[in-house]
Amino acid sequence: MLIRNKDSWELSENEVTSESDYKSRREFIKAAGIVSVGATAGLLNPSLAMATLKTATGPYSGEDIRDELNDYNAITNYNNFYEFGINKDDPAKYSHTLVAKPWSVTVDGHCENPGTYGIEDLIDFNKLEERIYRMRCVEAWSMVIPWNGVPLSEVINKLKPTNRAKYVYFETLVDEKQMPGQRRNVIKWPYREGLRMDEAMHPLAMIAVGIYGEELLNQNGAPLRLVVPWKYGFKGVKSIVKISFVEDEPNTSWMRLAPHEYGFYANVNPEVSHPRWSQAKERRIGDFSRRRTLMFNGYGEQVAHLYSGMDLRKNF
Amino acid sequence: MINNFLAKTDWRRPVIHLICALPAIWLGHQMWLWYSFAPHQLSANPIEYITDFTGGWTVRFLLITLTITPLAKLTKWRMLKYRRAVGLYAFFYALLHFLNYMVLDYFFDWELIIEDIFKRPAITFGMLAFTMLIPLAVTSFKFMMKKMGKNWQKLHQTLYTLTIFAIIHNYMMVKADVLIPLIHAMILSVLLGYRVYLNYKKRKIRSKNQIA
Ligand code: HEM
Repeated sequence: MLIRNKDSWELSENEVTSESDYKSRREFIKAAGIVSVGATAGLLNPSLAMATLKTATGPYSGEDIRDELNDYNAITNYNNFYEFGINKDDPAKYSHTLVAKPWSVTVDGHCENPGTYGIEDLIDFNKLEERIYRMRCVEAWSMVIPWNGVPLSEVINKLKPTNRAKYVYFETLVDEKQMPGQRRNVIKWPYREGLRMDEAMHPLAMIAVGIYGEELLNQNGAPLRLVVPWKYGFKGVKSIVKISFVEDEPNTSWMRLAPHEYGFYANVNPEVSHPRWSQAKERRIGDFSRRRTLMFNGYGEQVAHLYSGMDLRKNF
Repeated sequence: MINNFLAKTDWRRPVIHLICALPAIWLGHQMWLWYSFAPHQLSANPIEYITDFTGGWTVRFLLITLTITPLAKLTKWRMLKYRRAVGLYAFFYALLHFLNYMVLDYFFDWELIIEDIFKRPAITFGMLAFTMLIPLAVTSFKFMMKKMGKNWQKLHQTLYTLTIFAIIHNYMMVKADVLIPLIHAMILSVLLGYRVYLNYKKRKIRSKNQIA
């Protein structure tokens, strides 16, 4: 008999969200004020009412943090997405110009299936999972977000990287008409991110297409984005238009901008502080006082082995 | 009689106080809404918002205070007598910024605060600017001005230096977009340039008088 220890965040695979759970989730969103706030702020996405994603509770559903979920209003109105401006409320205000449908992603580099894919060809919308993850921003705040999406490994397996592929590299869309923040070179566009191949294949890494069972809003990186819960939020590249399989470590956006402040790995680490502020503690959005930051954002049991033997002070 | 009263009362002063206090009044109101769980405009992370808001108004009031002298000289408006009041608002917003940091943000977490102030140059510059503002605020009253005579001028000239420190603090704190601190730095350079020019002119006149 196969004996498997269940982690606290793991649910058995057949515990699929029932219709009534689903309703209650929608009630929750309503209670969180999305309807009234969206309407008053002119943010109500017309597709929102219809865009409920079919989603199952996957193996990484984070039951232990379900009651810490941030409300939809905070998740969709407090964002860092410099493509739409540098203030936290800019993405919600100025991202309506982004056309997330239809969407295609170019795949190149060391893989057997390069080409241009429609989003439906990369993501199996019938196999979406809900995963509740902590999100720790490098700026020392955090949220708990119920994502809907698929494991990144599933997408990568479709593309069949060859063994020369050591890293996966991602780019966000560049189009200053759709992304007005790109008129100024705050960052050298496009936004670039990447993962080592074993990080990318780790079951916790995901491509998200929704939040709270609703399609991603533009300010959250519609229509597809990366979510890597043990790393700082900026690794979660949004509105992805390009995936490349490469041999060398990609030079990512924040590394280019300030190499002594942001490294390639960007693993959440309370012991290695940002030069300008401490990373020992964080403020969970909605909380008043700070809480201690967890090593690997609380996912150490699952991911620490990826970095065994590495000096995390040097590889920050 | 009423006419006489109006002529003698400086109605400009309360108006200036009201205008200078407006940001704080707005902030106080928003914080009250936040405290009462009502919809407010301080974002999902109010403490961060308050940091940016109070820091921003401190810099602005420092620059406004420094602008009053050249503006009075250039326009002949009689506004010098309000300069100390406006300067006090710079201190007031700096105090809010500092209290927000100490109380709301870090809640007297001395370990983190000490580390911040001594190990992080950006915070060191902010702390330096704030500390230098304190003696200026304390001596900003008329009787102190009279008592200190020439020394008052000397002390209050440090406003330029501390504003430089404040802008360095702001510049270093920014993650990517340094546009606003750069604009502030530009305004400050113009003000400093004007000051240097005035001093130069004064010295020239003085030396001329000595020759004659
Ligand atoms: C005259 C004194 C000061 C001025 C003019 C000033 C001004 C500013 C400004 C303009 C900002 C940036 C706001 C933004 O990003 O929009 C800022 C941020 C900040 N200041 Fe100050 N500040 C002063 C003193 C201090 C002091 C004494 C402390 C603490 C000991 C402090 C701590 C901070 C912190 C923690 C931030 C936030 C940085 C972040 O975004 O993470 N400041 N300040």
